[in-house]
Amino acid sequence: MSLIPTLVARSEGFTPPGPGDFNLPPVGPDRTFTFLGQQMYLGVTKPMLLLVLSAALIFLFFRAASAKRAMVPGKTQFIGEMGYTFVRNQLGRDIIGSKEFMRFVPFLFVLFFFVLVNNLFATIPLLQFPTFSRAGLVYGLVLISWLVYNIVGIKAQGGVLAYLKHQTVPPGVHGPMLALLIPLEFFSNILVRPLTLALRLFANMLAGHILLILFALGGEYLLVHGEGLVKPVGIVAWLMFIVIAFLEVLVQVLQAYVFTLLSALYISGAIAEEH
Amino acid sequence: MYVIPLAEKLNPLVPHPIEIVLSIVVFGILYFLAKKYVVPNFEKTFAERTSAIEGGLRAAETKQAEADAKLAELEQQLSEARHEAAKIREEAREQGAQIVAEMREQAQEEASRIVEHGKTQIEAERQQAVTSLRAEVGTLATSLAGRIVGESLDDDQRAARVVERFLADLELHNEATDAGSSTSGAS
Repeated sequence: MSLIPTLVARSEGFTPPGPGDFNLPPVGPDRTFTFLGQQMYLGVTKPMLLLVLSAALIFLFFRAASAKRAMVPGKTQFIGEMGYTFVRNQLGRDIIGSKEFMRFVPFLFVLFFFVLVNNLFATIPLLQFPTFSRAGLVYGLVLISWLVYNIVGIKAQGGVLAYLKHQTVPPGVHGPMLALLIPLEFFSNILVRPLTLALRLFANMLAGHILLILFALGGEYLLVHGEGLVKPVGIVAWLMFIVIAFLEVLVQVLQAYVFTLLSALYISGAIAEEH
Repeated sequence: MYVIPLAEKLNPLVPHPIEIVLSIVVFGILYFLAKKYVVPNFEKTFAERTSAIEGGLRAAETKQAEADAKLAELEQQLSEARHEAAKIREEAREQGAQIVAEMREQAQEEASRIVEHGKTQIEAERQQAVTSLRAEVGTLATSLAGRIVGESLDDDQRAARVVERFLADLELHNEATDAGSSTSGAS
């Protein structure tokens, strides 16, 4: 029962990394079930544990940072305030506007750090797994984000129809053009947004980690099974692994930022008074 | 442990249903915890800090205004004191001049008084000298007249001799007196 992935029951010869590498077996006793035509583990898996761990870490850290409420902050409080202020001002106030943003700050704050910490787990040794390379976890978050911006939009515009009009009818367009634009706008603003939001985060995390696995496994394979001059290429692959790993850190931070930024933008667009 | 073989065709887009639920639940819990225990604390800290800074600024402004008022007051006092000093100096100068003038007047008076006194004294002494001289001249004239009368007064030559003898006697007498005084002065 280890948190370190134990899965690799690879056969002889090189099996390239793929989505299967992200389907870790559960930590405890396990069974499988079938969902949408796919066999799935039933049990507590590593990404699930990581998700809970990230929530615990975030809460404990920010609780500790905010509890003292010193006028002159210590180190922990300073870092906590810096993180909170960043989300509050850059993602909340600047995008939603100083009148309405305060009620969305807790949501954006939790969203940003939840995604950020889970993304960074992909780089932290021993944990080393991007939680949000699991589509299900991302869908959950995106569902929340989608519900939030639609519900506050409906409330702000005063009814479902008014909200749909706000989201789908571009101002200054009349006549038959509307017949073309309304479905397009509906498609874009209501249906595609959650999909792109989910895919952007999930695919970035998955692809980045696949790349790392590829360099790690490929380098090993070349070193162990390669012949002659091919062997040293394995070393090069491992050096590349290090470079890519740093690039991945950037991507992880960026994706957390983009995910929260877009959520804030959607909220801002939904509650805007004029289009 | 049953491991789904890697070769199994997996569609990574197909979600694990438990993961969706878990994600929503964990996010929800974290959201409520943060909303209740973290965000209000931060906001309260920021508000307190802002008000502390504003309070400090206001206090500093009040202090500054007080200091300005004090400074103006002190400057006014200083200029008043300077004015006072100048006035006193002016008065002193005037008084000094007055005193000098008075003194001069007094001295003048004194001097004229002394001169007057001297003049009076001299006059008195002159008067006395004239009186005593007059008496002596009378005596001498009487004695001269006696001698002239004694020798017979009809002969002019004789009269001239008598006068000359009288004068010589007088000179002798004077010399004797002088010699007596000089001998007494020598001895």
